[in-house]
Amino acid sequence: MEQGVIFAGFGGQGILLAGKVLARAGMEHGLEVSWLPSYGPEMRGGTANCTVVLSDELIGAPIVDAPWALVAMNAPSLDRFEPQLAEGGLAVINTSLVHRSVQRTDLTAVPIPVTQLAHNLEMPRAGNMVALGALLRGLDSVPLQSAVQAMAHEMEERGRESLVDANRKALEAGYEEAGKVIVGS
Amino acid sequence: MSRTLMRGNEAIAEAGIRAGCRCYFCYPITPQGELVEYMARELPLREGVFLQAESEVSAINMVYGAAAAGVRTMTSSSSPGISLKMEGISYMAGARLPAVIVNIMRGGPGLGNIAPAQGDYFQATKGGGHGDYRLIVLAPSTVPEAAELIMLAFDLSDRYRVPAMILADGMLGQMMEPVELPAPVDPQSIPARPWALTGAKGRDPNVVLSFDLDPQGLKEMNRELQQTYREIQGTEVRWECVDTEDAEIVLVAYGTMGRIGKTVVRLAREEGIRAGLVRPISLWPFPYEPIRKISAQVPTVLTLELSAGQMWEDVRLAVEQRAQTPFFGELGGVVPTPRQILSEVKRYVSS
Repeated sequence: MEQGVIFAGFGGQGILLAGKVLARAGMEHGLEVSWLPSYGPEMRGGTANCTVVLSDELIGAPIVDAPWALVAMNAPSLDRFEPQLAEGGLAVINTSLVHRSVQRTDLTAVPIPVTQLAHNLEMPRAGNMVALGALLRGLDSVPLQSAVQAMAHEMEERGRESLVDANRKALEAGYEEAGKVIVGS
Repeated sequence: MSRTLMRGNEAIAEAGIRAGCRCYFCYPITPQGELVEYMARELPLREGVFLQAESEVSAINMVYGAAAAGVRTMTSSSSPGISLKMEGISYMAGARLPAVIVNIMRGGPGLGNIAPAQGDYFQATKGGGHGDYRLIVLAPSTVPEAAELIMLAFDLSDRYRVPAMILADGMLGQMMEPVELPAPVDPQSIPARPWALTGAKGRDPNVVLSFDLDPQGLKEMNRELQQTYREIQGTEVRWECVDTEDAEIVLVAYGTMGRIGKTVVRLAREEGIRAGLVRPISLWPFPYEPIRKISAQVPTVLTLELSAGQMWEDVRLAVEQRAQTPFFGELGGVVPTPRQILSEVKRYVSS
């Protein structure tokens, strides 16, 4: 088993953190993981993406030709990465900002109003965790509970224990919403 | 032991502290900024000195001074910054001072860019500064290996009194992987430094110099250096082989390209191509002998680099026309994907 996941969106949407929480959840779940950020001269409002690889064996390349899943937090991200996704792959799309669906028929699209759901939770900055929760519904390698734990560890290390509860709710909201979309999950 | 998810830059810094580095001098540059930040935060809390100098030239000469005083010391930078440090590195090689220099390579030449590249191989392994000297050069390909090789670099540098360089690139510096951090070195186990400048109370003064105006004296100094280099070449060659036993094509790649090469081998084998990989871990001393042996058994030895073909020259020296030696490289900070390399591999296998 080796799964590549790309998180992409605007700088400031918590793209890199969402990827890191997934990588950490995978690690704490006993998998081999790698997390590779795009690190050009980027800034808030520019583009950001990262690649997470989850595997049950030691990881060679931390870059992937055909990622198994994509979290597209804005329209340019879907335009850029949809063609690269593996056959039958998964695309979580933030429909609050992306007003089109996937063009490929082989993909499983998971349209989620990520930004809207985060606002509803009065946690406008937790859209990244809503999206990660939605992704986890389609990802059989890492359970939601591992991600909740990894997120909590991450917040604690940053001295942000007060945000653990809200981020847990965001993860669960995304997971639940995706359940309505992904058939048989 | 528990695993921690760490960036390459952070793991290198933490392993350096655990190796006993107590003085770190730097001038910041991307893509190794996190290494500087980590040292700035941690070293003062752990009985160490962090000092940001006014330039790379100052930083390397502070390393020279700390090393002469007998302290485990280290600096880090990225390509253009390492170029600035070259004069000091040559002086340390001449003065037989142990130290660790980390180069998180970026695209070049010149200011280049901050993307991953391997264009500093010549500079690191062939003497980027002046004079007949060598550095011990180690090239990690994963974050855990980077931590391990920092510890080794300090040990080898002490043992031979030759400066050691860790040659990695921006991808390894920026990416995160789980690491089991090595246990801290017991300070008592660090080799004694009877030559160090520790105050000559009750003994004859020690002298740390990189020059001798008398040609016969300088010749003798050089002869001793060359003798040490031959000893290192005899005992400190390190490499990894993956699936080379039955291979019809062998890839040679180090660092980031080395790990991508492992994926290429797996993909090739899934398609019935018997590919293998030699991954040099010590770039100097270079693993000529293992590559020489393998080249007698395979028709093709394909070198992969994020450069125009620098290590390729050493591979060809090892192979000596026993096999064909094609090259595949990328330039300017572009990193090829495993499948792009696989199509290159397919050009050289008949099946």
